[in-house]
Amino acid sequence: MITEIFQQIINGIALGSIYALIALGYTMVYGILRLINFAHGDIYMVGAYAGYFAIASFKWGILPSFIFAMLICAMLGMSIERFAYRPLRLRNAPRIAALTTAIGVSFLLENLGIIFWTPTPRAFPQIIPLKIYQGIYERFGIIVNNRQLVIISVSIALMLLLQFIVNKTKIGMAMRAVSFDRETAWMMGVNIDYVISFTFAIGSMLAAAGGVLVGIYFNRIDPLMGVMPGVKAFVAAVLGGIGIIPGAMVGGFILGIAEILVSAFIASSYRDAIAFAILIIILLVKPSGIFGTATREKV
Amino acid sequence: MKRVFLMLLVVSLIISGVTSVYGAETIKVGLITPLTGPIATFGQSVEKGVRMAVDEINAKGGVLGMKIELFVEDNQAKAEESANIARKFIEQNKVVAILGPVISSNTLAAAPIAQQSKVPLLSPTATNPRVTQVGNYIFRACFVDDFQGTVMARFARTGLGKRLNTAAILYEKTSDYSIGLAKYFKETFISLGGKIVAEESFSSGDQDFSAQLTKIKGKNPDVLYVPSYYDTAGLIIKQARELGINVPILGGDGFDSPQLAELAGKENLKNCYFSGHFFAGSKSPEVRTFVANYKKRYNAVPDMLAALGYDAVYMLADAIKRAGKVDRDAIRDALANTKNLKLVTGTITLDENRNPKKSAVIVGFDSNGNQVYKTTVNPPKK
Repeated sequence: MITEIFQQIINGIALGSIYALIALGYTMVYGILRLINFAHGDIYMVGAYAGYFAIASFKWGILPSFIFAMLICAMLGMSIERFAYRPLRLRNAPRIAALTTAIGVSFLLENLGIIFWTPTPRAFPQIIPLKIYQGIYERFGIIVNNRQLVIISVSIALMLLLQFIVNKTKIGMAMRAVSFDRETAWMMGVNIDYVISFTFAIGSMLAAAGGVLVGIYFNRIDPLMGVMPGVKAFVAAVLGGIGIIPGAMVGGFILGIAEILVSAFIASSYRDAIAFAILIIILLVKPSGIFGTATREKV
Repeated sequence: MKRVFLMLLVVSLIISGVTSVYGAETIKVGLITPLTGPIATFGQSVEKGVRMAVDEINAKGGVLGMKIELFVEDNQAKAEESANIARKFIEQNKVVAILGPVISSNTLAAAPIAQQSKVPLLSPTATNPRVTQVGNYIFRACFVDDFQGTVMARFARTGLGKRLNTAAILYEKTSDYSIGLAKYFKETFISLGGKIVAEESFSSGDQDFSAQLTKIKGKNPDVLYVPSYYDTAGLIIKQARELGINVPILGGDGFDSPQLAELAGKENLKNCYFSGHFFAGSKSPEVRTFVANYKKRYNAVPDMLAALGYDAVYMLADAIKRAGKVDRDAIRDALANTKNLKLVTGTITLDENRNPKKSAVIVGFDSNGNQVYKTTVNPPKK
């Protein structure tokens, strides 16, 4: 029983780190722009396909494929910002207009995916051979495989990297300034458009990394793969306190573990229902999220 | 400007009048099938089988001296699309019969429309019992889930060398097909003295089954039953094996796709079996001719969906021939009286509920993920 609980928690952390990877991008764009980029889940899907083609068609290795997917998505994210969100921002459109546009972009990407790549799921090339750690299994009865470790460590590494960029670099300082007060930042000579473009590029690169990792992890990609994880990652970001980078991470883990534990110890048919009920309760107690403060908003 | 429009209108009326007169010379049949979407290989196979049968029949002069005219629409495995296409076929294309949809939940969406308009609908492959209960215009060319579930439960108890006493079931709670198979498997397995130690479910679109599988593993079953389509079954088999569940994994005809091996990984298909309608390596003369012709035409080995699609066309053609006229009601009556019709997937006789009684094959896999014949199970004689 104890081993089963531990096994389930490991399962939950692996699932949660997928949500966390996507949630990081959501939270960052929100932190800077106060925009919920609903297309984020679909950028993640495009990332998975870019990785798929790099590995399956170009026969590239894992690292070049990763970089390729991230570059493609960075360009995609920047062009979405340039052509869909910036015109609205320059016209001082109400926030709801940007939100609606984001939903539109999301549907556009999904349907373009269906047209170009057909809705048929594809098997992702198994580029990282599976390795189950026998020693751990023999000693503790828990099965851990290398893919789980990769996905968990990559998401933690990316979170740390993001924290570093935002808090320690010059562009990070500009991002925080834009987030804090866009007009003042502009008057101080910060190139707002550039900073926002950069934010989108970074956010989309994170999504691409998530897409490729998930492709490897689950071995199945399709054009609608971003929909559910996108929603769940968004919830994870809100749960952790949207706009706060470690919050997205923690929110993702909590959501993943909650889902797994509900389905393991209550009933698998109520997985999403109960997991989301727990989230509602957490938000009722702490409306601004676990790491959120009610008054101050920060990156 | 107005005159141009009027003239265009007149011309188009004349043209449409001409085509509809010409159209009366053919037997219009619509095929609803998922050519894209999560289970696209099913739909594509059915389409290939159907087209091949239609071309064969037309090459031999058609039915009652008329050629069969086939309309094909892709429903993407969506229920609402299936209903829309059924409506379109009936109202716009004026078909005399509908073939498809392929999976049960889609067929359950299209069937009420066909029933209301009194158009015979013949699904080659929908195995859920509720499908033909929609009404007396709804038919199928395959066996029913209760038979399929029963066959696999019996196979689990007796067919694998040693008796397997405990079973776990992992089914999709949003799929009529999956729920049905799980139910009949469970009933038979228990009635044969076995015990179900775990019954877990998941929702359509789920990718992570680690929680359910870990729980199942904790219960230590002798066999795992996964009544699901290949797109999810592949993931489940992979994740089960990765979690160290090495017991036999059984499934239904939803496993029958080349993509299963890609998604699950060839090595993981060891010790997996499913119940199917047809096996391409069979020695029967009908199967051998069919497989040879199919290979010649498509350069591929037909799967059971192709065979069922092929058979559905012959079933319909046989009914039209016996009806003696291209009339929806007459075709329905003739279809209902289908008896001892020798087809690729077996000899078909419809019972009073318009369900065929026919045999099932049990198929396993070799180390390269290729299907291998295991055994044939005949329907119970009542």
